[in-house]
Amino acid sequence: MLLKTTRAYDIHESQVTDESLYRARRKFMQGTAALAGASMLPAASLWPGPARAAINFGDIEKSEFSTAEELTSFEDITSYNNFYELGLKKGDPKRNAHRLVTKPWSIQVDGECDKPGDYDLEDFIPTPKLEERIYRLRCVEAWSMVIPWVGVELGPVLKRFEPTSRAKYVQFFTLYDPKNLPGQRRSVLDWPYREGLRMDEAMHPLTILAMGLYGKELPNQNGAPLRLVVPWKYGFKSIKSIVRIHFTESQPATSWNQSAPREYGFYSNVNPAVNHPRWSQKRERRIGEILKRKTLPFNGYAEQVADLYAGMDLKKLF
Amino acid sequence: MQAWTLKSFSEQVLRMRLGKPLVFAACLVPLVCYGYWFFTDSLGANPIEAITRRAGDWALRFLLITLVISPLRKLTGWHGLARYRRMLGLFAFFYVCVHLSLYVTLDKFFDLAEIIEDVIDRPFITVGFIAFVLLIPLAATSTNRMVDVLQHRWTQLHRLVYVVAMLAVLHFWWMVKIDTREPAIYAAVLTGLLGFRLTFYLKRKLQETG
Repeated sequence: MLLKTTRAYDIHESQVTDESLYRARRKFMQGTAALAGASMLPAASLWPGPARAAINFGDIEKSEFSTAEELTSFEDITSYNNFYELGLKKGDPKRNAHRLVTKPWSIQVDGECDKPGDYDLEDFIPTPKLEERIYRLRCVEAWSMVIPWVGVELGPVLKRFEPTSRAKYVQFFTLYDPKNLPGQRRSVLDWPYREGLRMDEAMHPLTILAMGLYGKELPNQNGAPLRLVVPWKYGFKSIKSIVRIHFTESQPATSWNQSAPREYGFYSNVNPAVNHPRWSQKRERRIGEILKRKTLPFNGYAEQVADLYAGMDLKKLF
Repeated sequence: MQAWTLKSFSEQVLRMRLGKPLVFAACLVPLVCYGYWFFTDSLGANPIEAITRRAGDWALRFLLITLVISPLRKLTGWHGLARYRRMLGLFAFFYVCVHLSLYVTLDKFFDLAEIIEDVIDRPFITVGFIAFVLLIPLAATSTNRMVDVLQHRWTQLHRLVYVVAMLAVLHFWWMVKIDTREPAIYAAVLTGLLGFRLTFYLKRKLQETG
């Protein structure tokens, strides 16, 4: 039996579809798009035509990959964060969010691909059309949330850079800016934060780049302006505030694995059968609930992703 | 009439009849605050983790406060402090019990198999559990009657609290994922408190032999 507490903020969900909010946002975005188009040229362009429309939060498509589970409140999603660049405690990233400078933002693409370069954020995203993906997020610390992300599938984004046949993995890097990011002045991790996926994991339709949540631009503490979301892996794989994408032939270094290889594997698929050395992974506390619920293999996405790992011993390759 | 000194004043304060009830009430403040914040939903997104950890923090703090009494007495000569030591020690045990009950109920929901697995497989829980077990005889022998019955063995037995405090700090240290700043502070304080005792002990030995 699971007890569910009703909390004052439960009504916040209605804000997702608040039309006036959407309209105001759209107007704002159109304004900035016109400005950007008139004043700046991207460093490199994948687009032959004239300046593109800005990323559009006014018209978000629903997705069949979304879960119908009850959403975690906006307040909890944006105030309980692991983003060590902005501080080590769960409340720090929200408090220090203003220290992350997201404009302008560009992404460096390099390694095994035919179209390397520096891309402005808006040029990097292949379509102004965004999708809402409501995913479960399972943190390695045994808590979980249900988050309505807004973004695009990663696969089509990566394909435009024409990865070569030697691109077997893709590595991601978070912004390194110790002058502004307080957490990076301490060497708790080997900065910049880095993560990686095997190419087939990166190309999987469940893997997205998120730019928003709850129908709005990502708050900085959630990894603005662009972050990875891989819903069947522990949360730390879903790297925030990405500035560099590197295609590589060999398995890339990943921050938590470098920090404690015995505790955090490269794959880090959600797996109730493999415990963290210091705590059990069998159960998780869904934020907002009292008692823990059972953790599902691949965070409940086994049907879609289990075959990526056919024949692999996931107890060894955790 | 006795001349007014800071020492005599402190002694009078410490020996006030109201002293014990006041300290008792003060020791309950964390419980009341966190209880209130818990039920008014002011502990953030993961209130259960928050109260469990804060109960642990206070258990550790009370252990250290208990260990401050003797050195403070020796340094200041305020012997009235001794009256409060057992109560503070019992509050340490009380907050340990709160911490442990929250883990057993809200974290593990009485799943004995999982609790046993935790205690055996996870070193930070192993040491935490040993610390709890070692505190039980200390709490059980905290009555005046037991002090009389055990006499000098009571003092010997209650030296176990040094081991308990070390295990408690270790429990905290091994629990944190990466940021050891907080447990390091507790470790430093404990090292200071135990170091004081060691120095004092060695000095006395030297005087005895010298």
